[in-house]
Amino acid sequence: MELNIWRFASPQVIYPIAGRMVPVFMALAALFTLAGLYIAFFVAPTDFQQGESYRIIFIHVPAAWMSMLIYLVMAFWCAVGMIMNTRLSFMMALALAPTGAFMTFIALWTGALWGKPTWGTWWVWDARLTSELILLFLYVGFMSLHAAIDDVRRADRAAGLLALVGVVNVPIIYFSVQWWNTLHQGASVSLTRAPSMASTMLAGMLVMTIAAWMYGIAMSLMRLRTIVLEREADSDWVQELFASPACGAKA
Amino acid sequence: MRGQRRLFGDLNFRVPPGEALWVSGPNGSGKTSLLRMLCTLLAPEAGEVRWRGRPVRSLGEAYRAELVYLGHAPAVKDDLSGLENLRFALAQEGRRVSEAALVDALRSFGLAGREDLPARVLSQGQRRRVSLARLLFCGDRPLWILDEPLTALDAQAVELVRALISGHLGRDGLVVLTSHQEVDLSGVKVQQLRMVG
Amino acid sequence: MNPAHEGRAGLAAVFVSVVQRDLLLAVRRRADVLTSFFFFIIVVSLFPLGVGPEPNTLREIAPGVVWVAALLASMLALQRLLASDYADGTLEQLALSAQPLTLLVLAKILAHWLVTGIPLVLIAPLLGLQFDLPVEGLVAMTAGLLLGTPVLSLVGAIGAALTLGVRGAGGLVALLVLPLYIPVLIFGAGAVSAAVSGQSVEGHMSLLAAFLLFSLAAAPWASAAAIRIAVE
Repeated sequence: MELNIWRFASPQVIYPIAGRMVPVFMALAALFTLAGLYIAFFVAPTDFQQGESYRIIFIHVPAAWMSMLIYLVMAFWCAVGMIMNTRLSFMMALALAPTGAFMTFIALWTGALWGKPTWGTWWVWDARLTSELILLFLYVGFMSLHAAIDDVRRADRAAGLLALVGVVNVPIIYFSVQWWNTLHQGASVSLTRAPSMASTMLAGMLVMTIAAWMYGIAMSLMRLRTIVLEREADSDWVQELFASPACGAKA
Repeated sequence: MRGQRRLFGDLNFRVPPGEALWVSGPNGSGKTSLLRMLCTLLAPEAGEVRWRGRPVRSLGEAYRAELVYLGHAPAVKDDLSGLENLRFALAQEGRRVSEAALVDALRSFGLAGREDLPARVLSQGQRRRVSLARLLFCGDRPLWILDEPLTALDAQAVELVRALISGHLGRDGLVVLTSHQEVDLSGVKVQQLRMVG
Repeated sequence: MNPAHEGRAGLAAVFVSVVQRDLLLAVRRRADVLTSFFFFIIVVSLFPLGVGPEPNTLREIAPGVVWVAALLASMLALQRLLASDYADGTLEQLALSAQPLTLLVLAKILAHWLVTGIPLVLIAPLLGLQFDLPVEGLVAMTAGLLLGTPVLSLVGAIGAALTLGVRGAGGLVALLVLPLYIPVLIFGAGAVSAAVSGQSVEGHMSLLAAFLLFSLAAAPWASAAAIRIAVE
């Protein structure tokens, strides 16, 4: 006998639910993005040191936060999958990875765009930027390992183990890079912002972060649906789904 | 499950002591997968394997201490001689065997004079014999799981393996084996499990 | 007779036999071992040719160059740690052993480090001389490598186990393992730089030792889990 809550751990149950949730989260993401960008460009004041270019933090900071958070969530699902042996958890982790990598990429790219006008260089070996770069490597490693193993079950477990090894190492790497950075830092640069950040700036950043959350959830659910279909292609419920023309066309 | 495909289901059997289970069937019917599940290398998608009434997953090392598994790959190192291969294979199980006993074992498997040759120069059948020679020392492990033990063996060696198996069953041991060939285990109890593709 | 005591004695013997076997195999396959050793020397020797023979520059880049080369050489050597055992069925037998797989893996890692890590430690001072490093720098480099190369073997074993039997395993191992090597690189090279500039290296060495202890505790366990996934 299984507990009722496990009903939601079944791909068959989650597939239509995810399908209904995707448009909702997409709409929310659009809404919050518009609101966030409005605050970012029209409400937030011009920074007295950095002028207008600072406004990129409204994208940069939420993306950086999300990139780290998604890695943690991904590792969490991998741990659940390894311990409870639930297929769906691994599918969740796999669905999250590309969004996480995308956020990391955005954070790096906007960081570079911010760096050029502010410090006059595209890249600084700042502890945060360097850690972010390493995080990108970890995402790419996770996805590559999964893609390289043909047997889905083995791929899930191997990539899951890698994500867990990564999550243990992330603090060690971050601390090392930070230490290395303080040792090597020249006269130049620190990413630490002025402590007195205008409250509208903070509000804009929070709204943009919520938008990034909504977007991340929507994208992962969409990807989850694809993964579920792919893996359950032989099962009766998927066959039925595509046998009835109405549903088939809709899916 | 292999890949996305269900290999077999609704399988239920019990092997009592002193009996052999002969798993037969065409290539790809899941014989090897079944054997790997029996020795815990592979976890079944559903269902469980029990040893002395207890699930093997929970027994762990205690279960592994009671079984011998000879797989498709003979676990013979090309760069080591037959003698060294046998010695290290036994040492991995915590067995210390005298040099003379090792040589005797290899001789009885028809490898006299080849004990010190690197396995690289041995034929397929001779490597198989090196890995089978391990069984001579494994009488104290009740469960033998043998994947195609007779492949690439000549008539004389087949006879020897048969004698080993019936000897083991005579000690109330259990043998699970796969084989394409008809296995003639006269005088012992054999269940046959025919898997279809 | 005390069965627990007997089991432990058995374990030590099994551990030793796994180390012996891998060392014997390394002796029989000397060429493989020498490859990563000479790889290390060649990579280090290329830098003066690329950067120029200016002694001050060389002295400055030496710690990083030697350590990066050590990282790459030990990563290159990882492919021999488990791949052949996986291919010929030995790894299955290890996974089915009545002894804990974690310890058997540790034995393999130890043997691997003895044949690939130790030679790097021994040759590194000589390479340091080519870069005109002072004695303090050479000492720090050797000590750092002695603490750091086992970490590379331990952490690398996880990557090697995860990529067993995988298409393009060589490149993938680099992608998985090199990011995890970064802390060792930072503190290993940092120790040499600190020694050259006359600072204390105690902090660096303590951290390298801490990494060693931590990976000693965690990496064999993770590698064993990865091997179980791979032999399925």
